Amino acid sequence: MRETVMEGSHAVAHAVKACRPDVVAAYPITPQTHVVEELAQMVADCELDVEYVNVESEHSAMSACVGAAAAGSRTYTATASQGLALMFEVLFNASGMRLPIVMTNCNRALSAPISIWNDQQDSVSARDAGWIQLYAEDVQEAADQVIQAYRIGEDERVRLPVMVNMDGFVLTHTYEPAFVPEGGDVDSFLPPYEPEIKLDASDPRSFGEVGYPEDYTEFRYQQQLAMDASREVIREVAQAYCQEFDREDYGGLIQRYHSDDADTVLISLGSMVGTMKDAVDGLRNDGESVGLVKLRSLRPFPEEELYDALEGAKRVAVLEKDVSIGLGGAVHGELAGTMFNRDLDASLHGFVTGLGGRDVTVRDVGSIYRRVESGEAESVEWVNVDENRLFEREARGPTP
Amino acid sequence: MLAPGHNACPGCGATLIARYALKATGPDVVVTLPTGCLEVTTSPYPNSSWRVPWIHSLFENSAAVASGVEAALKAQGRDEKVLAMGGDGGTVDIGMQAISGMLERGQDVTYVCYDNEAYMNTGVQRSGSTPLDASTTTSPSGSCSFGNPVKKKDMPAIVAAHGIPYVATANVAYPKDCIGKMEAAVETEGPAYVQVLSPCPPGWSMEDSRMVEVGKLAVQTGLWVNFEKRGDGVVYTKVPERQVRPVEDYLKPQGRFKHLFGGEGGEEELARIQAVADRNLENHDIVR
Repeated sequence: MRETVMEGSHAVAHAVKACRPDVVAAYPITPQTHVVEELAQMVADCELDVEYVNVESEHSAMSACVGAAAAGSRTYTATASQGLALMFEVLFNASGMRLPIVMTNCNRALSAPISIWNDQQDSVSARDAGWIQLYAEDVQEAADQVIQAYRIGEDERVRLPVMVNMDGFVLTHTYEPAFVPEGGDVDSFLPPYEPEIKLDASDPRSFGEVGYPEDYTEFRYQQQLAMDASREVIREVAQAYCQEFDREDYGGLIQRYHSDDADTVLISLGSMVGTMKDAVDGLRNDGESVGLVKLRSLRPFPEEELYDALEGAKRVAVLEKDVSIGLGGAVHGELAGTMFNRDLDASLHGFVTGLGGRDVTVRDVGSIYRRVESGEAESVEWVNVDENRLFEREARGPTP
Repeated sequence: MLAPGHNACPGCGATLIARYALKATGPDVVVTLPTGCLEVTTSPYPNSSWRVPWIHSLFENSAAVASGVEAALKAQGRDEKVLAMGGDGGTVDIGMQAISGMLERGQDVTYVCYDNEAYMNTGVQRSGSTPLDASTTTSPSGSCSFGNPVKKKDMPAIVAAHGIPYVATANVAYPKDCIGKMEAAVETEGPAYVQVLSPCPPGWSMEDSRMVEVGKLAVQTGLWVNFEKRGDGVVYTKVPERQVRPVEDYLKPQGRFKHLFGGEGGEEELARIQAVADRNLENHDIVR
C-alpha cells in the first residue's frame, strides 16, 4: 500500500479498484459523486477493467447490482441520503437473495427540508434491510472497510450485502493521510468471488421465487442466522486485515477507547468518534473518569461487546446523528432494548446531535458529558436546539 | 423450457408468450421477470417452471436487473442471451424508467412485454395500457362511467423514440409471426423490444376457449396493429387481408366492454372506439 494524502472519496475509489469488481453501477448524488467520478476516470484511463453501468436512478443502481451479483459478479455501488431511500425496497431484495453486494453510503440528511449535509438518518433508517452496516471513523477506515466488506459479505457463512457508511463531506471531501492499495495489493487477502450458485445456463436456477407462509419465515430466519454468524467473521476479517496491512487494531464490532475503567462511557458511530476521542483525552487530562465506545457495526448489533464494555459503567450516553421521530435516537433505543434484561447498573441517556450538517465540537461533547456526569441529563435530549429558530412556537405554546 | 404444472389460468396468453420467447432464445439465456402474473404462477417455492436461469427481483426493475446481468455476463466473457420480460403494468407504468435507461444505454437485452391491458395479478386494475372504455376494478363502468376514460398508451412508439435497432408488436394468436419477431429481437445486437397482445380470459371476462379467437379479432378490427421496425423501415404483418371487421366483433365477446351494448350512450362510445381503430389503420397506412 502507498502512503499518501488523499480525499476520502478517492481513497474509497482506490480501495474499490483494488477489489477488482466486475460491475459498478453508478448514479450521482451529493456527497457521493467524487467516488463514482473517480471510478469513471479510472475506467476512462484504462486503469480499471470493469463494466461501469451509468444507470438512471439509485433504484436501478441497486437493481443492476442485484442482477450482476446473481450472475456471479463482484459488484459495487455508492449512494447517499435520498438515493438510499429510493433504493429501499431493493435493499431488502438484495439481502433476501443473499447477494454480497458492497455499497458505500456517504451519510447525508433526509429531506424535508432538503439538506445536502451530513447526518446518519439515511443509513440508520435502513437498518432493518438485512444489510451488514459498518461505520467509518476516518478516511483510512472508510477505504479499509470496503476491502473488508467484500471478504465479510462473500464469506460462505454470511452471504449478505454490506453497507460501508462514511460521513458525507466530513469524510468524503476531506483530505487525510491514508494508506491506499495499489495493483494487486489485496489479491491474496480477497480471493475472486466464486459463488456456488449463480444465474448460469449450464446449471439453471431460479432466484427470487414466491415464498408462501410455510417457507417465508424460514428464509427470514436464515438471514438472521447469517447476520449472527457475521459477528465472528467481522472480527476475524478485521484482525486479519490489521495483520496483513499493518493497521492499528480497529476492533471488531466495536472499539473501546479508555472505556475499561470509566464511570461514564460515551457511545457513537462514524466520524463524530474522532471528535469524541479528543474530548475524552481532554476530560481525562482534567481527571474525569470517562471513556468511549465506537460502534463499527450497527448491524449486526454488537450486543455482547457492548454489555462487556458497559458492565462497570455508572452512566452511559449515546451521541447520534439520527432520530426516530416520536421516540429518540435509534441507537439509544436499541441499546436500551438489548440491555433491558441485563444487570447493568448504569443510567442511559441519548443525545440527538449533528443533524443536517451541524457541527459537533469537542466543547459540545464536553457539555454533554457534564450534563450526564452531574445527573442532570434526561433520557433523551436534543443538543443545541436554538429556541429563536422555532417558528411553530405560537401554535404549540411554550416548549416544555 | 417452461415446464408444465404452473398455476396460470386456462387460456392464459402470458404463459404462451413466455414459451414463444424461450423458443426464440434457446436454452443459453438468462431471464429476468418482474412481479406479476407470470412470475407468481411459475415460481411457487420450492418449485419452478423455468428450465433456464431465471431471476425475479421486484416490480419496476426487470430491465435494470437485466442490465446488471448483461454487464456481468460481459465482464465474465460469457455469451448467454439476456431476456427481460414484463407485463404491461411492469413495463409501461412502473417499469418505464428502468426500461428507458436500459434502451438508452444500448444494452444487449431483449425485452418482451406481455400486454394483457391491466394489472391482472392484483385483480384487474387499470394500467396505462388499458384501452378506452374497458371496465376494470379501478376504472369500472357505472351509471355515470363507461369504464377507462382514456386511450391506451402507445408504448411501442415511446420505445422506438429511443432509436433502438429493433421494435415490434405481435399477437399471441399468431405464433409464427410472434416467434419470428422474438428471434429477430434476440439476434439483434443491442436492445430490442417486442410488445405482445396477451388476451386474459378472467381479466377480460371472456371464455377461456376464445383466447386465440379474440386475439385475432383485435388484429382484424384494427384495434391491434402488428409491425416490425428496424431502423427507419417499418413492416406490417398479419394485417387484415380483406375486409376490416367492425370493432363490435372484438368487443362483444369480452365482458369488460359489455356495458357499451344496449345502454344509453353506448353507440357513441362504440363510435369513439371505432375511430381509434380507424386511426390505427390510417396511421399505419393500411388501406381498408
